[in-house]
Amino acid sequence: MERIELDYPARHAVSGRVHVGVVGSGDLEVLLEPSPDRRAHVLVTTSVDGFGPVWKCVLDRFFERFEGAASIEINDFGATPGTVMLRLEQAAEALGP
Amino acid sequence: MNGASPYDHRRFLERSSFIEMAARERARAILDAGSFRELLGPFDRIKSPWLPLQDIVAQADDGVVLARGTLDGQPALVAAIEGAYQGGSIGEVSGSKIAAALEFALRDCEQGRRILPVLLLETGGVRLQEANLGLAVIAEIHAAIIALRRHVPVVGVIAGPVGCFGGMSMAAALCSRLIVTRQARLGMNGPEVIEQEAGIAELDASDRPLIWSLIGGEQRFAVGLADDLQEDDATAIAAAVRDAFAHALPPLERSAQVERFIARLAAIDPQQPLDGATLRGLWHRGADL
Repeated sequence: MERIELDYPARHAVSGRVHVGVVGSGDLEVLLEPSPDRRAHVLVTTSVDGFGPVWKCVLDRFFERFEGAASIEINDFGATPGTVMLRLEQAAEALGP
Repeated sequence: MNGASPYDHRRFLERSSFIEMAARERARAILDAGSFRELLGPFDRIKSPWLPLQDIVAQADDGVVLARGTLDGQPALVAAIEGAYQGGSIGEVSGSKIAAALEFALRDCEQGRRILPVLLLETGGVRLQEANLGLAVIAEIHAAIIALRRHVPVVGVIAGPVGCFGGMSMAAALCSRLIVTRQARLGMNGPEVIEQEAGIAELDASDRPLIWSLIGGEQRFAVGLADDLQEDDATAIAAAVRDAFAHALPPLERSAQVERFIARLAAIDPQQPLDGATLRGLWHRGADL
């Protein structure tokens, strides 16, 4: 099990909070809520060790388009990068504009 | 094709699969539209303190969704277990959530406020990583069901794909009414456990038709260990839950029918091989009521 923390700049505040997914095999849950400051914070807890650089690539790509000041908690149970991106997009979509 | 057939392709395409839903969606699907209100949700982060110590990622709601809402306008409580997280296993936190919710419902019922309790069971039983704490809280769930069913029917649903095993199979057996699908399984020991302990000659856990012929929902309904057999259809299951509360409380709960079940066991010759069909002959639904 490994914890990864990443921060990103944000352009606007988010309102509301969103929960999607499940900590099941090959899946993950995402908890997204307003961050306490004007930045975005991501805390990943993953069951698979040694994939820090891959997590950073996926999250860098997500934050190219997502600009909300959100605190995002990810609890991962071996999801592939594609699944991670789908869950993040799902959370962003559920949050609304 | 006969439009009333359950295998009608249009009905199949129109139905919304209950089995494919996660626990939160299931609770929402059971309750009246718009009435779902979650208690101790994921943002409360009441999670297992034990799993991370064993290098296992914990889920923010520990795999149990508690929801208040209404069923045909009547106050209701739904406890839904997430089968995809740790096999729906019952740990200290997830089990305490169910037990405490049932105890609060009991207190309300005792004070004349009727709460309709529904358990959506999808569980392998106790969470082995939290063994004794999980077992203790499963006993609390049993006690709460027995106390609560004196006031109001306690309705259980086993939809699949996990099924309901171990100590939680006893919780299912204690329910006033139990609704199952064909995909459901209900048993004390899971097939893999039996194969591991008694050998593949005793039970081949990979033989799916054999397993379902013994502990599948259709078989459990046929021998009277479940009360209602439903298709994997969220609308039908939600209606069956409402229908279950329309029934009067049984004069004697299944788990209190000791003489009846002793007579059932006496009818079995352990020297003879026993299969699902033979058991249906011996224990035909309602024949010994």
